[in-house]
Amino acid sequence: MADKAPFLKIRNLTKMFGTFTALKDISLDISESEFICFLGPSGCGKTTLLRAIAGLDIQTHGTIEQAGKDISALPPAERDFGIVFQSYALFPNLTVNRNVAYGLENAGQNKKAIKERVSELLEMVGLADQGNKYPAQLSGGQQQRIALARALATSPGLLLLDEPLSALDAKVRTFLRHEIKDLQAKLGITTVMVTHDQEEALTMADRIVVMDHGTIEQVGTPIEIYREPATLFVADFIGEMNQLAAVAGKDNTARIGDIEFTCNPHSAKEGETGILTIRPEDIVPQTDQTKTNGANIIDVTISEMEFLGAFWRATLSDEKLQGRRLLADFSINAVSRMGLKIGGQIKVAFPQDAMRFYGNGN
Amino acid sequence: MEMAINMADIPVNSLATAPRIKPKTGRDDWIMRAFILIIGLYLVITLALPLYAMLSKSLNTYAFDLSRYEIQINTGTGWSKTTPVTNLNEASKKFKPADLNTSSDGRLPIVDMIEGFSFRSPTLYRLRNAQPGGAFLSGSERITDTEWHEFTSNKFRRVSLKPVGATGLDNFFQYFSNPALFNSIYNSLFIAIVSTIITVSLAFAFAYAMARSCMRFKGVFKVIAMAPILVPSLLPGIALVYLFGNQGMLKILMGDQTIYGPIGIIAGSVFFTFPHAMIIIQTALSISDARLYEASDALGASKTKTFFTVTLPGARYGLISAAFVVFNLVITDFGLPKVIGGQFNVLAVDIYKQVIGQQNFEMGAVVSVVLLIPALLAFSVDRLVQKKQVALLSARSVPYQPIPNKRFDRIMFSYSSVVAGLIVTALVVCQYAALVKFWPYDLSLSLNNYNFDVMDGGGWGSFYNSIKMGFLVAVIGTVVVFTGGYMVEKAPGFALGRGLFQFLAMLPMAIPGMVLGLAYIFFFNNPVNPLNAIYGTLAILVICSITHFYTVSHLTALTALKQMDKEFESVSASLKQPFYKLFSRVTVPVCLPSILDISIYLFVNAMTTVSAVIFLYSPDTTLASVAMLNMDDAGDIAPAAAMGMMIFYANSLARIFHHFASKRLYTRTQAWRTR
Repeated sequence: MADKAPFLKIRNLTKMFGTFTALKDISLDISESEFICFLGPSGCGKTTLLRAIAGLDIQTHGTIEQAGKDISALPPAERDFGIVFQSYALFPNLTVNRNVAYGLENAGQNKKAIKERVSELLEMVGLADQGNKYPAQLSGGQQQRIALARALATSPGLLLLDEPLSALDAKVRTFLRHEIKDLQAKLGITTVMVTHDQEEALTMADRIVVMDHGTIEQVGTPIEIYREPATLFVADFIGEMNQLAAVAGKDNTARIGDIEFTCNPHSAKEGETGILTIRPEDIVPQTDQTKTNGANIIDVTISEMEFLGAFWRATLSDEKLQGRRLLADFSINAVSRMGLKIGGQIKVAFPQDAMRFYGNGN
Repeated sequence: MEMAINMADIPVNSLATAPRIKPKTGRDDWIMRAFILIIGLYLVITLALPLYAMLSKSLNTYAFDLSRYEIQINTGTGWSKTTPVTNLNEASKKFKPADLNTSSDGRLPIVDMIEGFSFRSPTLYRLRNAQPGGAFLSGSERITDTEWHEFTSNKFRRVSLKPVGATGLDNFFQYFSNPALFNSIYNSLFIAIVSTIITVSLAFAFAYAMARSCMRFKGVFKVIAMAPILVPSLLPGIALVYLFGNQGMLKILMGDQTIYGPIGIIAGSVFFTFPHAMIIIQTALSISDARLYEASDALGASKTKTFFTVTLPGARYGLISAAFVVFNLVITDFGLPKVIGGQFNVLAVDIYKQVIGQQNFEMGAVVSVVLLIPALLAFSVDRLVQKKQVALLSARSVPYQPIPNKRFDRIMFSYSSVVAGLIVTALVVCQYAALVKFWPYDLSLSLNNYNFDVMDGGGWGSFYNSIKMGFLVAVIGTVVVFTGGYMVEKAPGFALGRGLFQFLAMLPMAIPGMVLGLAYIFFFNNPVNPLNAIYGTLAILVICSITHFYTVSHLTALTALKQMDKEFESVSASLKQPFYKLFSRVTVPVCLPSILDISIYLFVNAMTTVSAVIFLYSPDTTLASVAMLNMDDAGDIAPAAAMGMMIFYANSLARIFHHFASKRLYTRTQAWRTR
């Protein structure tokens, strides 16, 4: 994929609303057929970026190329995309059929061809029998799929989804995630989806663009984003993460008091303060309690345990950690096998490749 | 898969160097901007320019400048030496400086300043303009050169001086130095304030009964309460004349008071402003949050305490808004004080008297400016309050449901019956008066009073003119207002143009009808104006009425448009469909109920308005409401009542038609609303 020219090429995009900078110098490449998610907290600029790509709120500076054509200044009608909004924006007074057919009319197609295309699209989204209903007569999930069918009707080169699942309840949301992902894969349409829901991004995207304060924090596959967060913001925003104040040591180590941990390579210089991170599920309880400490293995006390269904979440503490508390996820198996309980003492290991240190830069 | 951006590729200081993107304006954008410009231009021509013409007229002053003329007199002993005419006046002490102020049409016979002048005397006179730019009349001949002109005494009596125009505040000084004129300010404020207090109190109690009681016949009460909207404001005046006038049925109740004056104006004002106040307050009461009442109840507060701590504060914006709307309606109303005001002068009638009675257009403009001030003030406060009212609404509010309470419901029912009874009485009295042959001497019934064609005022033709104008205003006005509202609400960018448009659309509400009408005279009756041709036609009446009632229609359109998903335009553009397809296929059908509301509002108001059109009708374009006024003026009160009731029936019919049309439309084209 790397040798092919990117389908969407965004360069130095800046968007100002008055004196407020909503996007700061964003550059990004998106390949053909890719499913990209813009992920970030509200106000991070993800929707602004999507609307700039659509031409709905054109950027102040910077360029966007789509399929080799400079579209930076074009109004939406002169770009090539389909869009689905959180509100669906279905025309309430038109039937499902006429909503889907809306973009097909006056495109030189005859009535029969339009009718066929509409049934094909409705079939595709699994609502073939709902064509004569009005949007208000459909459930939220059904409306969402109609909006999708309408956006895809003109076979656009780019599909933009603005928080398409946010207004739905949890069960429908999970179902539609797969539906949309499957459809996208089948059609091979380049897709950009904006979401604030990390689970949605992790399950659907080929690549995730994590944004904060109008800048891109990290671009990567879901696994890269989860396993190798490039910044502390990403580490904090995605999933659960223990964050421990620590001091950088020599040779990719970090210290908390007297305990030294070896972690993933980091660029902080010795003595620099920062945050040491590890995910709760990466902390490994040791079966062999006689093993000596050191080499990322320490003794801790279980001060709380919370049953979360699929696993136990334990809060660990120890005087050597100087009041810091750690969350660790233990499987139900491990808990019963090792007889873990509140107040119990165990040895836990901190695998080196699961530990990252983010220096404060001082 | 490794596609992450290599940060080294990006120029470090790209922010400063990257060129600013100038968005390309699409075809749709151009069309929408063109619409905003066209409708904006319409508002500029029919509102801003006339108002400007009126303002500048109020600053135009005319005075006789005696120093501009020089005179020589020959009493038979040769010509005297040249003296300025000023000296003549000083010698005769005829005119004080204030007397030399006049209007643009003023003429000053020069012989008035010559003591002992006789047109038979053999004395000869020579007069000349001392400097270029002066003018005097010899008979009807206008003399502007600076040569000497010689006259015999007989000719000289027909020589008069023309005033010199200037710009300044002199008209205003003159206005405020004339107690007969500026007393009207006090009178107008007095009437408006007292009417406001009474109307708002009565309307609050009525709205409270409608919103908070479980009394019966609420629907009937509502219909009756809204009826005054369907008649011109002078109709209650006529009803009051029949009830309490010199030959009134209940004259005895008046004691030694007279209905012709403040009492009559206030009573009539309360009648015609009641529905406006009622509807605003009822809206305010109906958005109250039931949870507040439950909380108050749970905390053990008494009913009285709940009323003062929950009900009143909740409705306060509605009350303030209603008060300013009523104030504005009363202070700008012309028809009612004209009919029943007697010798009690108010501002709106002063404008009429100055313009129609004395042909003093400059002074009419001055009174207009004076009337504009309270109207603008009331309007601004109302807008401010309306904004706050919106902020009170929350999506989570639970609507209040009244609980039956026999005693309370009975009291509310009695009160509402009295109010509704009074309204019905006024209408019935008018209808009865219209049918009586010759009140109070011959009480037999006849249709004589409907024989409008034999009365002054325009006959039946004026009624048909009104219907025609109502239709034109409703149809054209609705198209203009809704299209304008759509463009201003949905056009992307173009912030300055849209802001300006919005301002122009809000302005008419603050402009009293009399002021607008007078402004139209100044603007459209100016021979140099290319639009002069529409003066005196039905077109100017239609245009004036659309502009006069623009704001409320515009706000109705905006409210409906704001409820439309703001992404419809984005979706339509992404599907490469022109905006007008969305407009005709989605926006208009979805907003149809509001569009119908706008058209009926415009129709009813065009039928009842007097103030703006009183200056603009011609013998061919008399209107029913104007005919009513003129018949009343001529003493034909019964035919005036008959015409008023005709307007009432026409409007009622329109309303009924509107009601059924909306209903039918709802079931036929709004099927999508039902799940």
